[in-house]
Amino acid sequence: MSTQTLTERPARSTLFDGMTRYIPIGATVALLLALYFGGVANYRNFDKPQVIANLFIDNAPLLVIAVGMTFVILSGGIDLSVGSVMAFSTMTCAWLTVEAGLSAPLVVALVLVFGTGWGLLIGAVIHYFNVQPFIATLVGLFLFRGLTLQISTSDMSMREVKFFQWGMTHVEVGGGIRQGGFWLPYLSFAAIAVVAVAFVVLHYTRFGRGVYAVGGNEQSALLMGLPVARTKIGVYVVSGFCASLAGVLAAFATKSADPLRHVGAELDAIAAVVIGGTLLTGGAGFVLGTLAGVMVWGLLNTLIQFQGNLSSWWARIVMGVLLLAFILLQRGLARSGEKRRT
Amino acid sequence: MNNALNRVLANQYARRLMWPVLVLLVLIAVNIAVTGFDFIWPHVSDGRLSGAFVNILRRSAPLLLIALGMTLVIATKGIDLSVGAVYAIGAAIACQTIIDGTDQSAAGLIFRAVAIALVATAVIGAWNGTMVAYFGIQPIVATLILMIAGRGIAQLVTGGQIPKVQDSSPFTELGRGEILTVPVPIWIAAAVFAALVLLTRRTALGMLLEAVGGNPEASRLAGIRSKGITVLVYLVCGLCAGLAGLIGAANLGSADANNGGLWIELDAILAVVIGGTSLLGGRFYLLGTAIGVVIIGTLGDTIINIGLSDQWQFTVKAIVVFIVALLQSPEFRAWVFKPFKRRPAAPAAAPAEEVLAK
Amino acid sequence: MSAALVSMTGIVKDFTGVRALDGVDFTLRPGEIHAVMGENGAGKSTLIKVLTGVHAHDAGEILLDGKPVRFNSPGAAQAAGIATVYQEVNLTENLSVAENLLAGREPRLGPFINFRAMRRKAKALLDDLGIDLNVAAPLSSYSIAMQQLVAIARAVDIDAKVLILDEPTSSLDRDEVAVLLGLMRRLAAERGTAMVFISHFLEQVYDICDRMTVLRNGKLVGEWATADLPESELIGHMLGREAAALEQLERSVAGHEVADEAPLLSAKGLGRKGSIAPYDLDVRRGEVVGLAGLLGSGRTETVRLIAGADRADSGSLSFDGAKVAGHNPRTAAARGIAFCPENRKTEGLVGDLTVAENMILAMQAARGWARTIPQSQRNRVVAEFIDKLGIRPGDPDMPVKNLSGGNQQKVLLARWMLIEPKLLILDEPTRGIDVGAKADIQKLVAELSGEGMAVLFVSAELDEVTRLSDRIAVLRDRELISVLESEADMTTERIVDTIVAGGGSE
Repeated sequence: MSTQTLTERPARSTLFDGMTRYIPIGATVALLLALYFGGVANYRNFDKPQVIANLFIDNAPLLVIAVGMTFVILSGGIDLSVGSVMAFSTMTCAWLTVEAGLSAPLVVALVLVFGTGWGLLIGAVIHYFNVQPFIATLVGLFLFRGLTLQISTSDMSMREVKFFQWGMTHVEVGGGIRQGGFWLPYLSFAAIAVVAVAFVVLHYTRFGRGVYAVGGNEQSALLMGLPVARTKIGVYVVSGFCASLAGVLAAFATKSADPLRHVGAELDAIAAVVIGGTLLTGGAGFVLGTLAGVMVWGLLNTLIQFQGNLSSWWARIVMGVLLLAFILLQRGLARSGEKRRT
Repeated sequence: MNNALNRVLANQYARRLMWPVLVLLVLIAVNIAVTGFDFIWPHVSDGRLSGAFVNILRRSAPLLLIALGMTLVIATKGIDLSVGAVYAIGAAIACQTIIDGTDQSAAGLIFRAVAIALVATAVIGAWNGTMVAYFGIQPIVATLILMIAGRGIAQLVTGGQIPKVQDSSPFTELGRGEILTVPVPIWIAAAVFAALVLLTRRTALGMLLEAVGGNPEASRLAGIRSKGITVLVYLVCGLCAGLAGLIGAANLGSADANNGGLWIELDAILAVVIGGTSLLGGRFYLLGTAIGVVIIGTLGDTIINIGLSDQWQFTVKAIVVFIVALLQSPEFRAWVFKPFKRRPAAPAAAPAEEVLAK
Repeated sequence: MSAALVSMTGIVKDFTGVRALDGVDFTLRPGEIHAVMGENGAGKSTLIKVLTGVHAHDAGEILLDGKPVRFNSPGAAQAAGIATVYQEVNLTENLSVAENLLAGREPRLGPFINFRAMRRKAKALLDDLGIDLNVAAPLSSYSIAMQQLVAIARAVDIDAKVLILDEPTSSLDRDEVAVLLGLMRRLAAERGTAMVFISHFLEQVYDICDRMTVLRNGKLVGEWATADLPESELIGHMLGREAAALEQLERSVAGHEVADEAPLLSAKGLGRKGSIAPYDLDVRRGEVVGLAGLLGSGRTETVRLIAGADRADSGSLSFDGAKVAGHNPRTAAARGIAFCPENRKTEGLVGDLTVAENMILAMQAARGWARTIPQSQRNRVVAEFIDKLGIRPGDPDMPVKNLSGGNQQKVLLARWMLIEPKLLILDEPTRGIDVGAKADIQKLVAELSGEGMAVLFVSAELDEVTRLSDRIAVLRDRELISVLESEADMTTERIVDTIVAGGGSE
């Protein structure tokens, strides 16, 4: 039996095509390093490990919602409700423990279940009724901000609740700040754990690979016999869970619930995801890129603090410019890819 | 001939507008039932028209301006998320220019402030349009950039402060004044509404917009310059948002870069959808959008009048968005009305086949 | 003779009043490669979709291995061993080759995908088929042909008894096609997989298929062993020789006698890689040039380059004595080239707009948005063309999507007649419309050319082409192979002969 073998090696130009998916994340990491060493070179004390540790403290809730957002965006959707769900979760924690007097662990569990359930509902509406994700999650944005304000229009403190001390309980590493080390609270570990779990799920499970497949080409995924419905709804479940978890972490971090906090958090999360190299149209990106994107956001704010005479809005403007640069970069890469293939 | 044309047009529009008009009438009826005829019936006091409904119209003017611009953008299969931020930028530029001036009552200064603000917002709009038309970036992505960065820019303009214009400055007349007893914002909104209706329906712009949004490929093959039209539409949308910002700032006498026009883009999209324009582009209804805006404005008063707290605003709006989104979904309608149909399998097969036939 | 693997008998499928399949029989034997042939609308894809569970049939019976089956979804058909590979590669380019091959069936360790085992399994699967790829590379780094082979490998791995290939070769070049056909042969020989092959390329069909089933207008024409059916007979069966029930048009060649002057349009070596080989074509004023060829022969691609709808990557075009540069639909219209595309719904009309709006679209586009056509002029021309073309219902304010196909086509024609073009390009203007409208459009084409307009006329119906054309350009396999000039050549037989001969003789 004569079997000839069909060989095709990616040519140099097509090999480059395979590498293009690493270009955006490479750019993010380069940017991160540039920001960090720029800070070290210009400011005293910027090289202290605690500066980096603080990034994981201040941005822990943002990191968690950005991870959920990564799932949604990878699948080709968007979730505008995360900021409101987060604020609602924090407020519910406060109200149920302080006003209703329920035990705190039970309340946390309830909040997480509720966020997950919300994700399930909105995911089902998006998939089965073919409602645009933008509109469907807009419902959540309005609804939970409204419900939060209905619970309380002013700050609610949770200082009395012992349980919420846990979050800021910290671990000293390298002998603490005095001896050149740093400290990190439990809630930061929780956020880092979320990133780790998300990484494993996205890269090493069928669900995770399904998210990429659906984001790459939903029609194809359907014809390949992949569980498209489960995947599309699943990403909103993940995002809903992450948003409520972020709300719980915020409760730990501040021990108070402000009904107007996290307005626009969904935009910060989207920006972090895109700057982390994830394609807004879905199908390409990495959750570790999202980590880098959140770190960029945090470092920008840290630099502004160190500079002292700059205002925080500069971070937003720079973020917008970076967003523009990354979107144009992705667009350019996509265009050159199209050109090479036809 | 002309008669027949008008009759059919009227029919087509009437059908589209029937639901929003009915909803508005119900809302008004509820308010009248609770607060009496004073709700709708304006009276003149201090030489100005006032009354609950007039106030609703006055307060709705900025939203109407933005929603009108948004209607045109949505007609081209687009969306503009940056309008809230552009609102803040327009307000910031105008107020900052005025307080930087020596005499806040000088007509020249105010004219200059308004002109700079409008030019800047028009440029921003044109930039959005260029990203969409020439760089081929999805509208939602292209306008997201300014949605995120725009408020930062507004704060940059104001230096992080909230610039307060003196109450004596004629600039505040834009928001608080009245001409022939009718509040100025209502005049401005009405004028822009009329101008846009004339611009789109007296020229061929409206038809070409609907063609580009309804079938981009057919429009290209028919030789329509869709790129120029797209940029123009985003420019108009930016300009409308800037003008809305001016009215809002004049009304308050200050420009809050953080909270001015917050979520107004979402309200505007909601108004457009309530007004009968599909988010998928094509046919658009400026009058429908105007009714949608008034519905949203009346909804706020209704909530207070029927004794609910102000915090219900968001919740009720969420429910409205949810209902509108579901009603526009063919899948939802098929699912709900399935029990009423004799043979549910036959209509359900048709859309599936179209998808797969691609 | 082996027993049938798949046997479909008396299959009927209706789509809202249109009978797409009318009592079709189809038999597939183990290990054979079986072509389903027919022109557009013959019912090939409907037949395939019934077999793969995309559509449910209205009458008839399907036996798989002698047992009656009825599939409700593509998934159910797959589970029963019927796999499909489509014209478009239905894989996700952003994932690796291995993931695409095994998506949904990845080897796992507990809940986690074992990438090493997956790569090994993918490698083994491809080795088995004689394909050597780097399975870890993203699918997008390979050519479309390789992607198509990966799609087939995926289908084969689902233990497919029946493999359906729906135009898998339409975007491949010659070498890539050879690779694919080689793989198909091996599958049939080594694994006994039965295959249904659909292709517009007769060469490929004759190269690889054992049998063919020919459909026309939703009806079965017959089933033959490939060796028993010469190409000319096959084409005859596909196109049908029965003259359509249309009035015979007078060929008024007298009106076309201006043919000696310089050509209005002259294409030299115009071509586009992957869609149509470079070709030369002249069109004179008052002349109707027909384009004939089977589906997929490059008819549409040829005219799209002239219309500016696609960009040519070789050759040059001159029109009305001037060289054409920077060609796009807008500049083409400005020069006087009008193009009615093949697909009315997706490329021609804007369904939501009214009849009148669709008619004046091109005219308005040429004027720009600011210079509106005056209401009175607009009403006058719209009424004039509704009357002239007999558009029913004659209501200018009816959304065009509510009109029948024939009337929609007339609206599209009116749009371009309004700008009084010098060259009118009609791509399949009579497909899928009723006989009356068809006759109207044919008459109109003859009239327009009588008035001095040049017309490029594409049609799958050879009768129509021969009746209307002064000259006929014949295409085959994306190549313009011959231009028939003499009056004696204007017959369907001559065209079929030319297609069969394949352009070897000049």
